[in-house]
Amino acid sequence: MTSLLTIKDLVVDFKTRAGNARVLNQISLELKSGEILGIVGESGCGKSMTALSVMGLVPSPPGKVSEGSILLEEEDLLQASNARMRQVRGGIISMIFQEPMTSLNPVFRVGDQIAECVLLHEDISKTDAWERAVEMLTKVGIPEPALRAKAYPHELSGGMRQRVMIAMALSCHPRVLIADEPTTALDVTVQAQIFDLLKDLQRETGTAIIMITHDMGAIAELADRVAVMYAGHIIESGLTKDILENPHHPYTRGLIACVPHLETDPTEVRPYLSEIKGVVPSLTELGKGCAFADRCPYKTPVCEERRPDIEPISEGHAVACHNVEYVVAV
Amino acid sequence: MNMAWMVVRRLFHAFVLVLAVLVLNFLLIHLAPGDPADVIAGEMGGATEEMLADIRKTYGLDKPIYVQLGVYLERALQGDLGQSFFYNAPVLDLVAGRAGATILLVVTALLFAIAVGTLLGVLASHKPKGIVSGLVTLVSVVGYSAPIFWTGLMLVILFAWVIPIFPIANMFDITKDTGFFGFILDVLHHLVLPALTLGIVYLAQYARLTRASMLEILGSDYIRTARAKGVAETKVYTHHALRNAILPVVTIAGLQFGSIVSGAVLVETVFSWPGLGTLAFESILARDYPTVLGILFFSSVLVIIANLITDLVYRIVDPRIRTGG
Amino acid sequence: MATVDEPIVVESQSPIREAMRAFRQSWAGMLGLILLILVVLFTYVGPFLYSVDPFEVIWAPLTAPGETERAPLGTDYLGRDILAGLIHGGSATLYVGLAAGFITITIGILMGAFAGFFRGAVDEVLMRITEFFQVLPALLFAMVLVTLFPPSIYIVALAIGIVSWPTTARLTRAEFLRIRTLEYVNAARSVGAKNSRIMWRVILPNALAPLIVSATLTIGIAILFEAGLSFLGLGDPNVFSWGLMIGAGREYILDAWWAVTFPGFMIFLTVLGFSLVGDGLNDAFNPKLRER
Ligand SMILES: Nc1ncnc2c1ncn2[C@@H]1O[C@H](COP(=O)(O)OP(=O)(O)OP(=O)(O)O)[C@@H](O)[C@H]1O
Ligand SMILES: [Mg+2]
Repeated sequence: MTSLLTIKDLVVDFKTRAGNARVLNQISLELKSGEILGIVGESGCGKSMTALSVMGLVPSPPGKVSEGSILLEEEDLLQASNARMRQVRGGIISMIFQEPMTSLNPVFRVGDQIAECVLLHEDISKTDAWERAVEMLTKVGIPEPALRAKAYPHELSGGMRQRVMIAMALSCHPRVLIADEPTTALDVTVQAQIFDLLKDLQRETGTAIIMITHDMGAIAELADRVAVMYAGHIIESGLTKDILENPHHPYTRGLIACVPHLETDPTEVRPYLSEIKGVVPSLTELGKGCAFADRCPYKTPVCEERRPDIEPISEGHAVACHNVEYVVAV
Repeated sequence: MNMAWMVVRRLFHAFVLVLAVLVLNFLLIHLAPGDPADVIAGEMGGATEEMLADIRKTYGLDKPIYVQLGVYLERALQGDLGQSFFYNAPVLDLVAGRAGATILLVVTALLFAIAVGTLLGVLASHKPKGIVSGLVTLVSVVGYSAPIFWTGLMLVILFAWVIPIFPIANMFDITKDTGFFGFILDVLHHLVLPALTLGIVYLAQYARLTRASMLEILGSDYIRTARAKGVAETKVYTHHALRNAILPVVTIAGLQFGSIVSGAVLVETVFSWPGLGTLAFESILARDYPTVLGILFFSSVLVIIANLITDLVYRIVDPRIRTGG
Repeated sequence: MATVDEPIVVESQSPIREAMRAFRQSWAGMLGLILLILVVLFTYVGPFLYSVDPFEVIWAPLTAPGETERAPLGTDYLGRDILAGLIHGGSATLYVGLAAGFITITIGILMGAFAGFFRGAVDEVLMRITEFFQVLPALLFAMVLVTLFPPSIYIVALAIGIVSWPTTARLTRAEFLRIRTLEYVNAARSVGAKNSRIMWRVILPNALAPLIVSATLTIGIAILFEAGLSFLGLGDPNVFSWGLMIGAGREYILDAWWAVTFPGFMIFLTVLGFSLVGDGLNDAFNPKLRER
């Protein structure tokens, strides 16, 4: 499979009152066509910012993409013109957001909001665009789609709104869909429905998906590959199976241990994994060492000295840790 | 709640307010020092004893107070706002004859303020620290603090002497006879300065309000969604953001209608605009109370109507209210 | 978001001190304060430095500024000194502004507090009354009041107060509605505090910040009101005020711009002072909004 989207050494900085915050630090990612790539990591680690960088929507000021490249096949999106980026957004790369309650414009009918997206990217009449909207609503499993297309966002539940967002994002048959925690704001039963929907649609359309989530269960079920982020870095990436069954980075191991049902034997909980102690360091004052050092039970002097690069340890599995061998051996 | 029921409720509500204004007028006549008959006749009307006796009879002033109130309300609701002894004409005729000019002035000023104000607000929100932003803040602070009649007088001085391109008084030029369209143009020409004076205060306020709400809305999730589907930046502003940002402007404009009418009284006086304001001024100098109270009543009705319209507009712009959510 | 927050300020400062510090950093507030101080000095110290009687005819009527040293800012239609008028006209204007502002705030807070605290029927009735007063064009209503009753600055102040309170009432009500559900109000209730105590000792102090801002702006508006009434010739004819000067001068404005321009400018500066101070206080009380 060829690489559809390649992020190389991306650096994003935010000017804040406390100083410069390096929100993304040299992150590299690859998305192959037709696959689902999961991105996990705790709140504030830069998952959304990665997604927004791809969309060219980093709020600026105060944010700024300082270094790196984002390649859509051969084309560097960071160098693309505004007009080209408008074609890409919604047409080639779509995004659905974390907050379904507020992500739709309250004063327009949802059908119009979907149709607008179609009209922007395809040479199509208004009636046809509206029909496409209704068709998309059918696809995402909204009952009485012709009627619901005329509804305003406030007349729909959160789950419904997220379905509308998905319908809108897929309305122009994009090649990449970025789903940024599409279920965080929804209740548990609806969460499962949305994940199932995304999976079905992905099978049907072959759209590549970047799935950002906290939900390790969903990752296990959906993702082909996973990248784990911590404080603006990617600290581990690999095939889902490898990451879940054989995590190498102490942080990843902690993260996975937090999800009880993934444990093969619940009695065998290792003590340090039940929770990850401490808090994420402030991005404005990251030192030269490993960002996770303060919270790491395996910390050695070198961890405070130098930041570990992300290095392959086996086919398709890479980790950023000075003490990988030791961690795995324990 | 369905729409028709809502309209009925609003209308009833408006009717109660109209009644309340009438009751207030009645109270004012009776609370004022001296004989109510004198008040009704107007102090400087030089009312004779017969006239006073006549008034006492028509308004039943010898009867108990609630009977008087009943009589007063009944007459008023039939359109009888009393007789101006100063102008020697029914108050309703006087008021109706002048209302058009005031409505023209107020509506022009308001539409001008809303249109230009929101435009400036949008421009300012595009560069929150730019020149337009600074200008909007400056004009709104200055416009807010300067007495409106003083602003008008300064414009009079400016346009009377420095650049005499707009007429500084009256509504039209009686010496000209230019046919219908010529007359309309003449009125519009005369309207420029009064409408500008009245509009500028509100314009600055609306610009500031639009700027603030645009800034808030531009940071909202649904604007990010619009951008994420490839909407061009101009359209993000004019279509997706402005439609939402205009809501507080509509609300405030409705609430301020009374204050705009107040402003119109002063502006009309400055520019001798023959509307209700000048009529109020003249009849107050003449102590012609029925006319003054008639104007207070009529302009309150204008405000009530304006509030109904605002309500309607808001419902059209904001679907969340429309469906009673 | 915790990762980019500013380091927590450890020193504990009283909120009032904190607000005063923030106020000092607001250029709008400081400029307004300076303006107000200058206006007050001009009005209350001026008469000792420049002792011309504003009612006294000192020169030919409608003399332009600079034509004679006797009247540096010119004379009005009777030949009275404009500068003397400006110096002596301030105290009445300030008095009416403050008194009317006080009346407005008092009525507004009472109405809003009862409506917001008791809600239900009380709220319904009080809000209907408020709505009614908002329907009346305030200036016209005030004009009627000052003509029906014998003109004096007290009637003027009272009339302005009576027509202006609804805004304050709505603001107070909103604040009371918000605060009455908060933790510390429940706490006060649970230890058996009486309603009156909760209203005036618990809720009101916590609603003060926006009310102070609004009071400042209200004084400015009251001054504009007084000016408007005087301009129409409805002020107290026996008390020298800037509004009175404008009213007297308005018929001659094409012959003597100065008779209207200078007093109007004084009013403008005073109101500007109040509204800038209001802006500054707003910034000081709402540090979050300062970025805007
Ligand atoms: N406007 C901003 N100004 C300053 N810092 C910001 C801004 N927006 C985001 N950040 C910082 O960027 C970092 C990354 O944010 P991001 O939204 O990508 O986190 P996330 O991983 O998506 O978290 P969550 O799971 O909560 O969505 C955070 O530390 C956040 O504090
Ligand atoms: Mg996020």
